[in-house]
Amino acid sequence: MKNNPRVAAIIRAVAPLLALAILVIVMAAISPEFRTVNNGMNILRQTAVNGFLSAGMLVVLITAGIDLSVGANAILSACVMAMLMTTFGITNPILLLIAALVVGTLVGIVNGLLLTKLKLPHPFVSTLGMKFVLAGLALFVVSTRTISGFPDAVTWLGSADFLRGGGFNGIPGSFLALLLTFVLLHVLLTRTALGRSIYAVGGNPEATRLSGINTDRVLTFVYGLSGTLCAIAGIVIVGRSGVANPSAAMGGNYETDAIAACIIGGASFTGGKGTVWGTLIGCLIIAVIRNGLTILNAQSDVQFMVIGAVIIVAVFIDVRRTMSEERRRRLAAA
Amino acid sequence: MTAVVELRNVTKRFPGVVALRDMRLSIEPGEIHGLIGENGAGKSTLIKVLTGVYIPEQGEIYVDGVEHKFTEPRQAQDAGIACVYQELNIVPQLSLTDNIFMNQFIKGRGGFLDYKAMNQKASELLTSMGISVDVSKPAGVFGMGVLQMVEIAKALLTGAKVIIMDEPTSSLGESEVEQLIRVVRDLKAKGVAILFVSHKLEELFILCDRVTVMRDAQHIITEDIGNLDNDKLIRAMVGRSVENQFPKVDTTPGEVAIEFRNVTSVGTIKNVSFQARYGEILGFSGLVGAGRTETMRAIFGDLPIDSGEILLGGKKVTISSPQRAVEKGIAFLTEDRKGQGLVLNQSIATNLILSSLKKVEKGPLLDREKVKRVCDESIASMRIKTPDADNQVSKLSGGNQQKVVIGKWINSDAEIYLFDEPTRGIDVGAKVEVYNIMNKLASAGKCIIMVSSELPEVLGMSDRVIVMRGGEVMAEIRRDEPDFNEDDIMKAAWGERKSA
Repeated sequence: MKNNPRVAAIIRAVAPLLALAILVIVMAAISPEFRTVNNGMNILRQTAVNGFLSAGMLVVLITAGIDLSVGANAILSACVMAMLMTTFGITNPILLLIAALVVGTLVGIVNGLLLTKLKLPHPFVSTLGMKFVLAGLALFVVSTRTISGFPDAVTWLGSADFLRGGGFNGIPGSFLALLLTFVLLHVLLTRTALGRSIYAVGGNPEATRLSGINTDRVLTFVYGLSGTLCAIAGIVIVGRSGVANPSAAMGGNYETDAIAACIIGGASFTGGKGTVWGTLIGCLIIAVIRNGLTILNAQSDVQFMVIGAVIIVAVFIDVRRTMSEERRRRLAAA
Repeated sequence: MTAVVELRNVTKRFPGVVALRDMRLSIEPGEIHGLIGENGAGKSTLIKVLTGVYIPEQGEIYVDGVEHKFTEPRQAQDAGIACVYQELNIVPQLSLTDNIFMNQFIKGRGGFLDYKAMNQKASELLTSMGISVDVSKPAGVFGMGVLQMVEIAKALLTGAKVIIMDEPTSSLGESEVEQLIRVVRDLKAKGVAILFVSHKLEELFILCDRVTVMRDAQHIITEDIGNLDNDKLIRAMVGRSVENQFPKVDTTPGEVAIEFRNVTSVGTIKNVSFQARYGEILGFSGLVGAGRTETMRAIFGDLPIDSGEILLGGKKVTISSPQRAVEKGIAFLTEDRKGQGLVLNQSIATNLILSSLKKVEKGPLLDREKVKRVCDESIASMRIKTPDADNQVSKLSGGNQQKVVIGKWINSDAEIYLFDEPTRGIDVGAKVEVYNIMNKLASAGKCIIMVSSELPEVLGMSDRVIVMRGGEVMAEIRRDEPDFNEDDIMKAAWGERKSA
């Protein structure tokens, strides 16, 4: 049983789900406000932004990298739409959305090229640098103002609710879009040659390169993909709040939430591991914690501490998991 | 005489496996005691029990007749047992002195480190082993030979009565091996006992007083070396006799597959010219650092070429990257299996299709049935011992891992195979299986180029041998020539003759 890789995979997939279930049950027992259908939908709504960022982060983590610029990239993409609207008077929603996607993707590709072409040692440093550059750019393009008044088609993704009515707030379209994205990402990672290459690069870049795979291209793609997903997250942010606020690029907890979701879901800083399913659960866990704390009237001081602790616990779980895997490997070799 | 170290009926269990069963071992003072066994026979577990890394469930450990129960490595060290692991514990950024004194720094006035004393002592220790180097230089600039001596110096400094050496020669060149042998004999003369773990039988005959053979986690025999021969040892190890260690099959070489014309890459290889044909096994011999691996990397597009020409099937080509090489049907089995050959934390299946991903696609997706079929075929034809291709490749033994790497390249439909030390660190039985695969490939008309530091292997398997030294080709010897023997190849490798 224990040695069957499929059984092991199922156990790994179920563990975070169990954590989520316990969390939901505990919260529901404490708070009547929590256990309403509308609050459930609220949680899904709150999952969307982190979900898109986590999707990108997951792919990057699988290659043993990291992208600390995801939040700033999302905000910059939003602010570029705002700039086109206010400075250049462009109101065509298609153009605005395309602009956001192009900006996000380009930023991601630059992140990839910093790693593969300039050979900067670890994306931790380069993407941290990028975070500041992008945050500065976001402030610059909108002259530090918060911009509102986006066309409906731009805000649609972040604000649409389906089956609304009769006291039911509706199913958030952004979450449905997230699910679709996750399905596509799952297919990419598990069913395509590129997906295998992504896991392989994370596991052993040198062996992968010497197997005849263009690892530089794989890595650049991965960061580019993360960038595209950041842009989508930016679009959802604009839709939810109705505004593009450049100061959120530094103020948000986007990167940490995304990393926490991925690690809780089974990804590892050492690369080669992580699943879309696990990441989805991880995102929901983060959203439930944040939602629950708000409902329990926890102030930001408590919120910060809890989320911080969750991140540390998640990394601790990652470390334990790696150790126990090594142990199992050792036993198998003994 | 009291044994310096003795194990009695030691058993170590892990969930589901007995890693050591009723093991006994007795090492006399000043004895060089050989320990051999196939991979997975329990040698590593034995070493870890001796060094206090593992705590056995049953049995006793005696040092100088006194029973010890080690619960941590420090206690074994204090009792006088030291180990030079195969993967050296060297911090490359620190100086040789720092590495030698790592856990026992000499402190001078005020508790500050006394580098003068330490450098002097380090220098003395290394000089006594025949190495004169600047001990204040970082360890990273030195080769494996020096670093191994540093590890031995470290062990001596702890006052070790027994030094365990885990495959000490596996990463050394021939001259470094000779030096090591001298040092080991010196240690013996000083009364230090050595437990010498090796995969190379000839080393045991040169060095050891007695040899213990392990199989299936158990003690099989302990004999004076005088009562043993190759055949006896192999039979004890595998439980059967391997009739022919090198099952060479004769083939008829065909067209020239690859040709080098005066290829130079400044600093590594110089004016290298040779031809390799389809249907033959071309051996590359020479000392470590002679430019053999670099020549392979040049073929594989992983070394910048400064001058000269490479021809594939008679046509001049530029191979700019490993991807181009793979596209042109070249396969490279690297000498560093774990570092460069396998993605250890991925499945056997992923590793098997890594170089042929495009071939198992159906539209934009991977064809899962085809992947399964390809993997099942590889597992069956190469006899990879695993219940499931979805298992992690890290769970396989060294020999089976090597078969996965070879399988990866066979699946890429390569025509030219570069095998760099294809049998390093794998056991006798698996070696023969690797040789059989090479034979099969050569018989099927593939071109095989094999780099090997083991002369018997080169002689046993090659149709022709190219001998390199200092980045240059020194000699080319055909199997049917009288010079096709160990002596003449070694002479060329040492630069005492040049015929090419």
